[in-house]
Amino acid sequence: MIEIIELTKKFEQFAAVDNLSFNVEEGEVLGFLGPNGAGKSTTMKVITGFLSPSGGSVTVDGYDITKNPIEAKALIGYLPEGAPSYGDMTTIEFLNFIAEIRGFRGEQKTLRVQHVIKEVVLESVAQQTIETLSKGFKRRVGLAQAIMHDPKVLILDEPTDGLDPNQKHHVRELIKNLAKDKIVIISTHILEEVTAVCSRAIIIADGKIVADGTPSKLESQSKYHHAVSVRLNQEYDLAADLAGVPDIGAVEKEEVNSFVILANNATPIFAQVSEIAQSKQWPVTEFHVNRGQLEDVFRAVTAQTQGGK
Amino acid sequence: MGNLGIIFRRELSSYFATPLAYIFIVIFLITNGIFTFDMGGFYLRGQADLLPFFSFHPWLYLFMVPAIAMTLWADERKTGTIELLLTLPIKLSEAVIGKFLAAWILMGIALALTFPIWITVNYLGDPDNGVIVAGYLGSWFMAGGFLAIGSCMSACTKNSVIAFILTVAICFTFVIMGSPILLNAFPEWVPQFLVDAFTALGFLTHFDSISKGVLDIRDILYFTVFITAWLFASAIVIEMKKAN
Repeated sequence: MIEIIELTKKFEQFAAVDNLSFNVEEGEVLGFLGPNGAGKSTTMKVITGFLSPSGGSVTVDGYDITKNPIEAKALIGYLPEGAPSYGDMTTIEFLNFIAEIRGFRGEQKTLRVQHVIKEVVLESVAQQTIETLSKGFKRRVGLAQAIMHDPKVLILDEPTDGLDPNQKHHVRELIKNLAKDKIVIISTHILEEVTAVCSRAIIIADGKIVADGTPSKLESQSKYHHAVSVRLNQEYDLAADLAGVPDIGAVEKEEVNSFVILANNATPIFAQVSEIAQSKQWPVTEFHVNRGQLEDVFRAVTAQTQGGK
Repeated sequence: MGNLGIIFRRELSSYFATPLAYIFIVIFLITNGIFTFDMGGFYLRGQADLLPFFSFHPWLYLFMVPAIAMTLWADERKTGTIELLLTLPIKLSEAVIGKFLAAWILMGIALALTFPIWITVNYLGDPDNGVIVAGYLGSWFMAGGFLAIGSCMSACTKNSVIAFILTVAICFTFVIMGSPILLNAFPEWVPQFLVDAFTALGFLTHFDSISKGVLDIRDILYFTVFITAWLFASAIVIEMKKAN
């Protein structure tokens, strides 16, 4: 378990991380969200022991990162932002180096390195120097070193940044497979990723937590939660038919003949809308319920802090 | 093997993974040859010793060692690998010493490859080989002193060129500390013990006596303390500056 208590990190007078407290339990995949400069990377750098906190504490499985850094770091696998690695080494040399530092020797080391190479599909570039690799492969090398010692805690700073859709999918599958009885913390600004892999999301802005919950719980805070999208094949005035129904709120026009009907008071309105549509014989081609948009929630909770600057 | 050894091996092999180590060694050997035989009057002196060889080393190191040392930490910061390295379960001291040792051993290899000069002088005459061994040892320790300064300067900046210039400047100060040019510049009223203390801090004072065959434990101790102090300073600078 990771316990973060009143964590603060100041640069000069500016607080990049401001009194942050949260726990992460085994089995959780925590998505760490926030606008650029919100303090995501700084928080990760403090949790992994790269930067020392200005106040508060980080405890990994009972080991305080400032008091027992070696023990705590041994439990953590970390992919720093941009996946830095030693460019003049070959993939296999670099992974051997990491394996040795992580305490593997002899045959055990060879087996472990072979295992991670297979896990992140690096066989084809094992003998190439890292500086000659594409961005996707470099990211995978970074991921390979992070999972080398099968860590209890995996911290990934923007693991899919700059990857193509196939690679993104692959990395997400990998994270999902790894996540069992582990703690995974990933920072990202790709919101679909949170819905795809995370069991919990924390949104931070200006170094403070502004939202914390499961992705579906966060989505339900969206004004699009329970909203019904309708696409018509000819012009029709929906708003007139819907006026006066208490649970139905505004009707937003997205494109020509495409509308979103918002729900008032977060109540399901699908049944009501569908009934009206049938009785009034709307020329419908598409009809579905929205789960709510994380993006919308993200903007709503981070807007004030950004505006305040 | 401990973490220090693992880091040391990685660093040393990365010197040889690129042309850097080879170019360094070749240039070092060529320059040594020119200095010794051409400018040092190795043959004209008619003496079977390596004094002209060693007496140029402080000036040779002034440019060669900072070139090796400049990337030690500046590159780690620039490429972000410092974040990777310092979040591994190792002590900062292991990283600082491991990196330093790798560069120092590279210097040692370059120095050892000057052995044909030693063979030459033995072929031509009958030198005191004990003095020559002492000279090599002194030279290597002095290179370590230069390197330790370079390690600290490299930790100060992300830019390796700046690290190079700073290292050259500080090394130059330590080289000329014991030289007459600087000593004559002291005004009369400065007490003699201060001048002596100042001289005692310079490289040349210690290196000259070693290269003449006087292997005093105090000279070796001087370089050991000097290296330790600068490496300690490196660790402090890295700790302070890793955030930006």
